[in-house]
Amino acid sequence: MPFINFSKDEIQCKIVYYGCGFCGKTTNLQYIYSVTEEQTRGKMVSIDTKGDRTLFFDLLSLNLGKIRGMDIRVQLYTVPGQVHYDATRKLVLKGVDGVVFVADSLKVQRKKNIESLINLAKNLAEKGISIRAIPLVIQYNKRDLDGGDSEILPLEVLEKDLNSMLKVPSFSASALKGAGIFETLREISKLVVKDVSRKIMFMDKPQVSVAQGETRDG
Amino acid sequence: MNVVITRKDLEKIDHCLNRMVSSSFANFVLLIDRSGQLIAHQGRAPDVDILALAALTAANFGATAEIARLLGEEEFTLLFHKGRNENVYFSAIGDHSIMVTLFDDKTSLGLIRLKINQTIDELSILVSAIFEKGKKS
Repeated sequence: MPFINFSKDEIQCKIVYYGCGFCGKTTNLQYIYSVTEEQTRGKMVSIDTKGDRTLFFDLLSLNLGKIRGMDIRVQLYTVPGQVHYDATRKLVLKGVDGVVFVADSLKVQRKKNIESLINLAKNLAEKGISIRAIPLVIQYNKRDLDGGDSEILPLEVLEKDLNSMLKVPSFSASALKGAGIFETLREISKLVVKDVSRKIMFMDKPQVSVAQGETRDG
Repeated sequence: MNVVITRKDLEKIDHCLNRMVSSSFANFVLLIDRSGQLIAHQGRAPDVDILALAALTAANFGATAEIARLLGEEEFTLLFHKGRNENVYFSAIGDHSIMVTLFDDKTSLGLIRLKINQTIDELSILVSAIFEKGKKS
């Protein structure tokens, strides 16, 4: 549910990082926070437990610049990954415009990834949103563990498990080292802005002329 | 669903919030939607990240609504947090938004509540109209 403020020439969107516990959602946001300039980002807010697990959400607000005179501001949220925090995940998904599904590449997490993706589809459906319709990007995290002591799943297996039906853009990443983080963010932002522009085009409002310009860019 | 706030919508909301601030002697009032997006604010902005304040408020309200449901209530329509210097009063504005009022000991809780009650109906109509417009799009 994007907020289009024609008075401030601003579009506000909400992107949620979803995935099972300890897959690296918060680490994604921490990396983005650590390398973006102060003027483009807001404060990073985390509600977590003492064990460094996200209790409610992390939030990072980013200014993506202007498209045809409209400021694009995105708010990045994470959800708590643990199974028993489902009520909290539903709250964070409220008003979502795009989702990054962070999958844990560790072999032992294979089942949890699939369960989390099913949980995402279910929670979106409860809000009347189809997982096939919402802008979605999948990130295969922890690829840096390849060749180490921990056994990780090949990309083909992860693609087959999680993306064979959805066929959405997917990226290999290492949230800890920063690889693939901005590629993921860039792609989801692009999809969300495109989706918002498309929605605006269908609106029978006098502001359409402003909004149509964005589509050509977006 | 999109939420489109036109200049005219915002002028009406700002007028309403401005009147709330000046008549209640509150420091700062902000209107947010329930997913945490900031709609408008009036008054003397505190030196904090307003977007973070908006997101945390929505989360707080959402969490409390879950507590209400557990207790068999539909929702708690208001929340009040008292601090040493600053107090915060959260009020549900219809189904879609929340008004947050920051005030200190220059005014009283009674006056704040009275003025909020006078503002809620008017704001509720304005906000509902914006969200209804979004549903049709």
